[in-house]
Amino acid sequence: MYTLTPVDQVGIEERIARLNARSIKKEAKLEALKLALSMLDLTTLDSKDTPGKVKQLCAKAIRPCEAMPELPSVAAVCVYPNLVRVAKKALQGHRINVAAVATAFPSGMSSLKFRLEETRWAVNEGADEIDMVVSRGKFLAGEYDAVADEISAVKEACGKAHLKVILETGELSTLDNVRLASDIAILAGADFIKTSTGKIQPAATLPVTLVMLQAIRDHYYRTGKVIGMKPAGGIATAKLALQYLVMVRETLGETWLHPDRFRFGASTLANDLLRQIVKEKTGVYQSLDYFSKD
Amino acid sequence: MRNKSEENGMGGQIQEAGAERARIPVLKTYKIYVDGKFPRTESGRYFQFKSPAGGWSANLCECSRKDFRDAVTAARGAFAKWSKATPFNRGQILYRVAEMLEGRKAQFVEELLHQGLTRAQAESEVAASVDRLVYYAGWTDKFQQVFSAVNPVASSYFNFSVLEPTGVVAVLAPEESSLLGLVSCVAPVIAGGNSCVVLASSRLPLCAVTLGEVLNSSDVPGGVVNILTGFRKELLAQFSSHMDVNGVLYCGDSAEEIRKVQTDAALNVKRVSLQPEQDWAKAEAQGPYPILAFQEVKTTWHPIGN
Repeated sequence: MYTLTPVDQVGIEERIARLNARSIKKEAKLEALKLALSMLDLTTLDSKDTPGKVKQLCAKAIRPCEAMPELPSVAAVCVYPNLVRVAKKALQGHRINVAAVATAFPSGMSSLKFRLEETRWAVNEGADEIDMVVSRGKFLAGEYDAVADEISAVKEACGKAHLKVILETGELSTLDNVRLASDIAILAGADFIKTSTGKIQPAATLPVTLVMLQAIRDHYYRTGKVIGMKPAGGIATAKLALQYLVMVRETLGETWLHPDRFRFGASTLANDLLRQIVKEKTGVYQSLDYFSKD
Repeated sequence: MRNKSEENGMGGQIQEAGAERARIPVLKTYKIYVDGKFPRTESGRYFQFKSPAGGWSANLCECSRKDFRDAVTAARGAFAKWSKATPFNRGQILYRVAEMLEGRKAQFVEELLHQGLTRAQAESEVAASVDRLVYYAGWTDKFQQVFSAVNPVASSYFNFSVLEPTGVVAVLAPEESSLLGLVSCVAPVIAGGNSCVVLASSRLPLCAVTLGEVLNSSDVPGGVVNILTGFRKELLAQFSSHMDVNGVLYCGDSAEEIRKVQTDAALNVKRVSLQPEQDWAKAEAQGPYPILAFQEVKTTWHPIGN
């Protein structure tokens, strides 16, 4: 049922090496940094998260830097389902989405019934976006239909909420698997495909993201349908974020350089972006000491 | 990029021993020392050092502001652990630096000769540098006792002041003293638990690079001392303005540069210490006060019952 599109691993790496040689400076860099900021899914997924921390994070999402009110807000705040209500309330009146990780995140090792229930509950709590995990065990065992059926079922449970499907590429071993998992997720109804939970190493990498972007591109050429992309985990520096943006621009074109179509799942990236934005504006290298931690 | 050498001792000796062809000497590439590694400058730029007597030259990295930025990142990373190391341990490591320097005497003397000193001057400078390291190695676990205090207060509090390292210190090393001046500036900074980024003398840069090799083989954790070569004119503004630098040690006599350092340092209220060009061999060039220059005083009010 699924046609395997083989991935040229060496080609992917060479393409990335070439794209990384691009140098973005001055005004273009400043614009790219602001764009990356507006694409952030500001994330907190610790078991020790409290309503207080989530409120703090939401304040940062609305206005990333007190000293620069002209900067854009981030795209979404990403939390565990039990904190969705807190986040929703804190973001009232702002156009920032609340994303909830659901379906027994991060492992997905639970019954489908329970995972669907959790999804419905998170949406009911007010989540605008659901980040689900696929069953990697089933995928690696070759039960592709079962994986697709699960994704479709969760999509249905999401209702109006957007569905992001986490492939957890760190556990898929090969780029061929990444491509196949991307194709399955896209056909089963994902609105976004996402690299990782952030709980497994390696998390997002440039090669994996490029393969997923190519899957999105091929699907778009075939059907005209737009699928979003979200690399998550391990993107901590502005420099790396800009490399991702170059890759998106060169694979999917400028229309994908929009928070509706591309997101970064990250927590520490926000401060590095702010630091580089101030550096670009003042010419003085900045310190993390002068930016809020959460 | 290779150094030219016509007076290389090794080549000469082998020829005298009767070899048919002179051995091609293996000369050192003078690189920078950042994060415990020896990279070249990211800028790809070089400047040439020419021995005043002629006949010997070397290419040195002309570091850019990005090299400085990377060095500060390394120094910030190393600070957490170095500042928490026990003073006793820091003393042991500084003493180890002295030992390693002692073992490399000949190389430093050679470089000082290239930089225009006589053999006697060179030997005495290296010996003084080793002694200075030993001197500061001794101070690491003593300066707190000298400068900390239990303060008299007129209420029921136990009030005491203790010292803490300032953080990342940018050091503009003396232009006129290649080794002793450099050691006299860096040793007290790291003895106090700070990490540092040093801009070596641009006129006499050789010993600074070799000192990096000594530090690297002395248990000084990578990133605690980072040594760059290049030009003050280009880097002064970065050294004094970087927001992640907590202190600046300026060595020199230019009123214009001092004003620039002091103005830029105000951006994030860096601690500034000024040292004039001086005879670093004199006894007054060492003491506990250069350590105190990069210490913060934390005073605690602790309630006590009567």
